[in-house]
Amino acid sequence: MVEVQFRFRDDEAVNDPAVTVDAFTDQSNATAVRIEPGDDARALLPYLDQLALVEVNFPAWTDGRGYSSARVLREAGYTGEIRAVGDIVIDMLGHLKRCGFDAFAPEHPLNPTDAQNAFDRWDNVYQATADGRQPIWAKRHPAGV
Amino acid sequence: MYKYDEYDQQMVDTRVAEFRDQVRRRLSGELTEDQFRPLRLQNGLYLQLHAYMLRVAVPYGTLNSAQMKVLGDIADKYDRGYGHFTTRQNIQYNWIKLEDTPDILADLAKVEMHAIQTSGNCIRNISSDQYAGAAADELVDPRPYAELLRQWSSFHPEFLTLPRKFKIAVIASETDRAAMRLHDIGIKMVKNDAGEIGCQFYVGGGMGRTPMIGPMIKEFVPLDQLITYSEACLRVYNRYGRRDNKYKARIKILVHELGKDEYARQVEEEFAHLLSQGIEPPLAELERIKPYFDDPAFETDASDDLDLSDPDFRLWVERNCHAHKQAGYTIATVSLKPIGGIPGDASADQIRLMAQLAKDYSFDELRVTHAQNIVFPHVKKADLYTLWQKLDEAGLGTANLDSVGDIIACPGLDYCSLANARSIPVAQKISERFGSAEKQAEIGELKLKISGCINACGHHHAGHIGILGVDKKGVENYQLLLGGSEGADTSLGKITGPGFDEDGIVDAVEKATGVYLANRQEGERFLDTYRRIGMDPFKEAIYG
Repeated sequence: MVEVQFRFRDDEAVNDPAVTVDAFTDQSNATAVRIEPGDDARALLPYLDQLALVEVNFPAWTDGRGYSSARVLREAGYTGEIRAVGDIVIDMLGHLKRCGFDAFAPEHPLNPTDAQNAFDRWDNVYQATADGRQPIWAKRHPAGV
Repeated sequence: MYKYDEYDQQMVDTRVAEFRDQVRRRLSGELTEDQFRPLRLQNGLYLQLHAYMLRVAVPYGTLNSAQMKVLGDIADKYDRGYGHFTTRQNIQYNWIKLEDTPDILADLAKVEMHAIQTSGNCIRNISSDQYAGAAADELVDPRPYAELLRQWSSFHPEFLTLPRKFKIAVIASETDRAAMRLHDIGIKMVKNDAGEIGCQFYVGGGMGRTPMIGPMIKEFVPLDQLITYSEACLRVYNRYGRRDNKYKARIKILVHELGKDEYARQVEEEFAHLLSQGIEPPLAELERIKPYFDDPAFETDASDDLDLSDPDFRLWVERNCHAHKQAGYTIATVSLKPIGGIPGDASADQIRLMAQLAKDYSFDELRVTHAQNIVFPHVKKADLYTLWQKLDEAGLGTANLDSVGDIIACPGLDYCSLANARSIPVAQKISERFGSAEKQAEIGELKLKISGCINACGHHHAGHIGILGVDKKGVENYQLLLGGSEGADTSLGKITGPGFDEDGIVDAVEKATGVYLANRQEGERFLDTYRRIGMDPFKEAIYG
């Protein structure tokens, strides 16, 4: 199993083996599932209470479907771990985190300094997403005025 | 025009730092070219045939003088003294060194400019009507909405690795000057029965190898749901757009394969969900942006009189000027298509001159058009003759707007690694063949567009006459298309038949215009005659 290199959670790491979305929705009482790019993350919505870990696989970092998967889960109220696995590169890290990822297990470990820079890069953001950060427009108009 | 606040400036500065770091990692070998490629593309940096090419964003085509001047300075300092204005209202430089690019971006950031998302599989620069804020026929100025979309789409974390590139245009008049329905999303500002302004969404238009005219998928989106609805459109595309074949990856294919109703239904479902997510900026944000686009201080008693006794000036006024909403003013377009020139090219000196003239005669404002020309949007008629003289002295007085010499052409094989054929020499030959003012005046409005490959950056599908360069067993070959249009009456051109070599295509264009001249009725443009008499007479003349 590939190691988690970065994690932004205080709870105990989940190390249950992740099953496929099909296997999970068919029967399983598993607590960890892995989403592939072609899977519909919404298939998991009835089971969110049961899940402690969702791995989202990026077989190629240029396939961005996993970003939507993570946001869909967060928007539905899922609070467990969402772990990015596969072809994770430095320049994705900040954006993944904004979409709700809170753990990162790159196939090839990343330079920790470069990674930290990437996580810390943006002091401000233009959009409201799953990370709860206050977007620039909200700062411009405090209290929604 | 829009002015950055501290947040906007910080975002652009941060991007410069990020890109500097990416270039550092590339030059040190930490990043392979394969890994670096998608990153540099998101900063508009291409590796072309001879060198790197940098594409700089001109949001909705609007520039001030200081920005224009810097564009000229960059051409001198980092390129070979030229800039090339593009069909998406941007500018690109064809002779750039990788190690210079962070410094170029830093120079741009000082005048509130950038190259963010001018390429790559992400939401590109938002384009708009080049006459926005000046045209007599617009409902509202479309640019505040485009600016709202610019901010939303910049570094949108969910949509930076879409199946393919994504282009959005916003217009606000019946006359479509931005080819809105040939965009991934075209937004038309409209007024509903209750008199409220909102957005009409057209999704799934595009050119490329499968040209499509975008269908309307939502008649009216209220202003306080614009971002949410856009996000729903994008999310459905990001999740379900095809990724198995890059030629089928644009949203037009998804909309076509699902059918527009099913796509609209899925968007509606996502939209209903997203409405509860609080992702929409408050209307106050739009209200904050709007005043930046207020009218400049027009003189309210400016005269509409024009002395047209100079025949060259008269011709230029007739061809290149357009009705302004304010009495006593006009919209003047500088053609970057001199006879035999490279469409869209301007020298550093010409760029700086236009910057200065805009300051002196157009309230500090310029526009780039998708037809690769430059607009002075607010010229007092009393100043027009002086302006024209100064332009003409610098080789910028060509009177050929929307005529056969005003050719749109992609950079073609001379600069582009995707191209199959050269575009520029064909444009130059046609421009010379039809060069005389008399000939152009006789033919009138005729939009001619040339692409050097099927990707259609030269918009050949939308030309009254379109030319597509292909590679035929190692030889450059040019196909002729007739009957395309990008206006409110958008249509796609049809291929006449077998292709031609470089000289043959120029002859074929001349034969086509001959058929028009022989058959036209009073008041008909080339396109009108073609639509009335159909393809056959043209075929006969060209191949007969």
